[in-house]
Amino acid sequence: MSHTVQDKRPVAAPSRGTLAHARMPRWAPAAIAVGSVATGCLIGVVAGLESRIQWGLLSALTFVAATYFITAKVEGSRQGKNRVATSLVWVCFALAIVPLLSLAWITLTKGLTVLDGYFLTHSMSGLLDAEEGGGVYHALLGTIEQVAIAAVIATPIGLLTAVYLVEYGRGRLARAVTFFVDVMTGIPSIVAGLFVLATWNLMLGFGPSGFAGSLALAILMMPVIVRSTEEMLKLVPNELREASLALGVPQWRTILKVVLPTSIGGITTGVMLAVARITGETAPVLLLVFGTKLINPNPFEGAQSSLPLYVYEQYSVGTAASVDRAWAGALVLIAFVMILNLVARGIARWKAPQTGR
Amino acid sequence: MAKRIDVSGLTAFYGTHRAIDDISMTVEPRSVTAFIGPSGCGKSTFLRTLNRMHEVTPGGRVEGKVMLDDENLYASNVDPVAVRRTVGMVFQRPNPFPTMSIFDNVAAGLRLNGNYKKSELSDVVEKSLKGANLWNEVKDRLNKPGSGLSGGQQQRLCIARAIAVEPDVLLMDEPCSALDPISTLAIEDLIGELKERFTIVIVTHNMQQAARVSDRTAFFNLAAVGQPGKLVEIDDTERIFANPSVQATEDYISGRFG
Amino acid sequence: METATAPTQAPPPGPPTGTPRGKARPGDRIFLGLSKGSGITLLVIMAAIAAFLGYRAVLAISKDEANFLTTFEWNPAGDPPVFGIAVLAFGTVVSSIIAMVLAVPVAIGIALFISHFAPRRLAGPIAYVVDLLAAVPSIIYGLWGAVFLVPYLDGLNKWLDEYLGWTYIFERTSEGVARNLFTVGILLAIMILPIITNVTREVFLQSPKMHEEAALALGATRWEVIRMAVLPFGRSGIISASMLGLGRALGETMAVAVVLSPSFVLSGHLLDPGGGTFAQNIAAKFNEADEFGRDALIASGLVLFVITLLVNGAARAIIARRKEYSGANA
Repeated sequence: MSHTVQDKRPVAAPSRGTLAHARMPRWAPAAIAVGSVATGCLIGVVAGLESRIQWGLLSALTFVAATYFITAKVEGSRQGKNRVATSLVWVCFALAIVPLLSLAWITLTKGLTVLDGYFLTHSMSGLLDAEEGGGVYHALLGTIEQVAIAAVIATPIGLLTAVYLVEYGRGRLARAVTFFVDVMTGIPSIVAGLFVLATWNLMLGFGPSGFAGSLALAILMMPVIVRSTEEMLKLVPNELREASLALGVPQWRTILKVVLPTSIGGITTGVMLAVARITGETAPVLLLVFGTKLINPNPFEGAQSSLPLYVYEQYSVGTAASVDRAWAGALVLIAFVMILNLVARGIARWKAPQTGR
Repeated sequence: MAKRIDVSGLTAFYGTHRAIDDISMTVEPRSVTAFIGPSGCGKSTFLRTLNRMHEVTPGGRVEGKVMLDDENLYASNVDPVAVRRTVGMVFQRPNPFPTMSIFDNVAAGLRLNGNYKKSELSDVVEKSLKGANLWNEVKDRLNKPGSGLSGGQQQRLCIARAIAVEPDVLLMDEPCSALDPISTLAIEDLIGELKERFTIVIVTHNMQQAARVSDRTAFFNLAAVGQPGKLVEIDDTERIFANPSVQATEDYISGRFG
Repeated sequence: METATAPTQAPPPGPPTGTPRGKARPGDRIFLGLSKGSGITLLVIMAAIAAFLGYRAVLAISKDEANFLTTFEWNPAGDPPVFGIAVLAFGTVVSSIIAMVLAVPVAIGIALFISHFAPRRLAGPIAYVVDLLAAVPSIIYGLWGAVFLVPYLDGLNKWLDEYLGWTYIFERTSEGVARNLFTVGILLAIMILPIITNVTREVFLQSPKMHEEAALALGATRWEVIRMAVLPFGRSGIISASMLGLGRALGETMAVAVVLSPSFVLSGHLLDPGGGTFAQNIAAKFNEADEFGRDALIASGLVLFVITLLVNGAARAIIARRKEYSGANA
């Protein structure tokens, strides 16, 4: 509650009986915005500020301040506060949009310079770092294999756990599982990588391989699948379960034939979003898959590469040609992830009415 | 304080859908006017146009004039915020702010306006709670959250909150439909007292209630589902219930439809 | 039919029904066993993570010739081995704090924008874009940060040094590109922004309409409605969303590894290149480390694990309390 400085003079408040007061025209906020950007740029030019970020910040600051003072003068301080809140919220939105646009634009323009059919179908075999050419094929193959294996491991465990929590889960075990699924969601990806390193590699003595990476990715994927599947199963109306049980269908068949089919769209979406999430994980792959320039189609034996790892390696090498490849790899990776996301959300929207709420 | 409402040619839309069509009526000051009619006839929508709450709904839009004494609520230079301070509202479900104490709930409107003295505040809160017949029940627990009260008490708390800012008009949207009969009676008694000070408009589904509390009654109806609601007639409550001039009103009141 | 009345964990041993369905009873038992087993598998994995990381960490720390918590050095291959996490802990905490300070208010702003301010036609697409933004892989944020953000922040750094240098933290003692903890903080802020936004937006959208209407009917402006009816309702949601974001910022590896030029110097001058975080240090030191060096890195990873556990646990506890209070779970 704000009861700040107004106490002394109730004059500012509209006197009883008059509903009308001075109001700003509808175009006022836009005009103030334009004026503020102009002021911000002007100050930037005059003061010789190099960074555009400063220009933007100055403009935003001017916008908020000008909005407050102009509105407070014309419409009163309460409206002033309201307009400031509104303008601040718009500024927040603009602040978030700028990095997004820049990121999308840069990835696209820089990535397209070397991305072509050759890039997608060739590895880095026999290529020096400074040389141009080469491609991402080995990394793409590695990513697909690792993610597929991780999905094969994590999906059944995740699905069944969710089924257990929703359909059977009562009591202490279910509560413990719920809690630790939450905790597991927050595990940093590098910690999952370290765990597999400590067990699979250091203790059991296996070398780096795509499969080791898959194990870590599966650990990261499981809680995500459990969470999303749980949400979807909870949306299935209880009447459906009861109707099936009342027909004498045993519970496990009810789950398989009624509950899961009803929510299959949402579950698929959840799994695909989880896949999209682990596709971009670099840290565990860095520790466990090791990276190679060659095509290694066998995920169980020897070092592989993967898309995010490829991007990191090419960037770290630091030659002009390799940085170009890093951007192209980044574009391939982001396209891969975005397609998964869009398809997943498409499925969710397409199947949504079936979950009936 | 209490003001006359004069509505002329008022039409309200949801997007492109016409919810109520071309309504004109006069609401007398210091009286209770009840709106009755079947579900979906637009009586709640109409009520919400009287304090510009209708336009809060996505796609909500209004054409026409609502004069509060000599000011048009929909004039271009009128601030809807100022309108809502002058025309208070009580909702169907009691909605005290759950995060505020009983005291803060009643004081909420005053604090918004900013111009009050600390000492006045507790006087106004006490006066408003007394005005809502709630003071004796809550005076020992003003700092407890309002959500701890019973449904009927919560609704009276909401009435206290609405009258604390001294509005000219009080709108009530089915204020008793979520309450038990005893609480309903308490609210009805309260309405009888409040009309000494305010212009009151009440939407109700309960025709006995309309007959008990109101001085004038307006009957709304719609031709068919999807058609806009219309005002059929407005008259003294006694006449509406004893001898309405339109057949549809009589059918509705005698329970033949709706 | 008999299973309909059995909400307990095990299927009841009721009498055989004689119908063909009766044969399915082993199916129930197997299915329950499978799903329960999966749940237990998850618990075992969590326990194993803690146990194995702990075991390797003890191996490493027992040979550490310096205090693991307070040493400013990372040299497990040395003779004697000396390594400590002081610089990493400082860098991790400082960069995460910067990220939180920048991201939380903006995220609340965007969430409010989507839930209450944006034109209705814009709100849906914006929420969608924010969702997609949360899915951008961290390595790409890192690449963008290194190639785009670092040079752009140079000017801002100079300016901060010039005008706020007296605050000590914004003083630059060495020239150089902006590969410092401050830049890392900004990049982390951008990365966790969508996560915090998504959760707070959900909370704001759930805030009960009837309380917003009550505030409106009292003559509140839109901002006052938000202050009275939306923010109080969403407070614990905001806190827990921030904690989730914090968990992400603490554990972020690649973006930091790409942007920061690391050093084992603990410096309060945030604009000086140098410093490090737990995750970044693991990624950077891993390739050159021998088995003992890896154990040392695992020890630092264990600390990170414990910190994120605490942060996430706190967030979950707050969410759970909110659900009880609002009944939103019903």
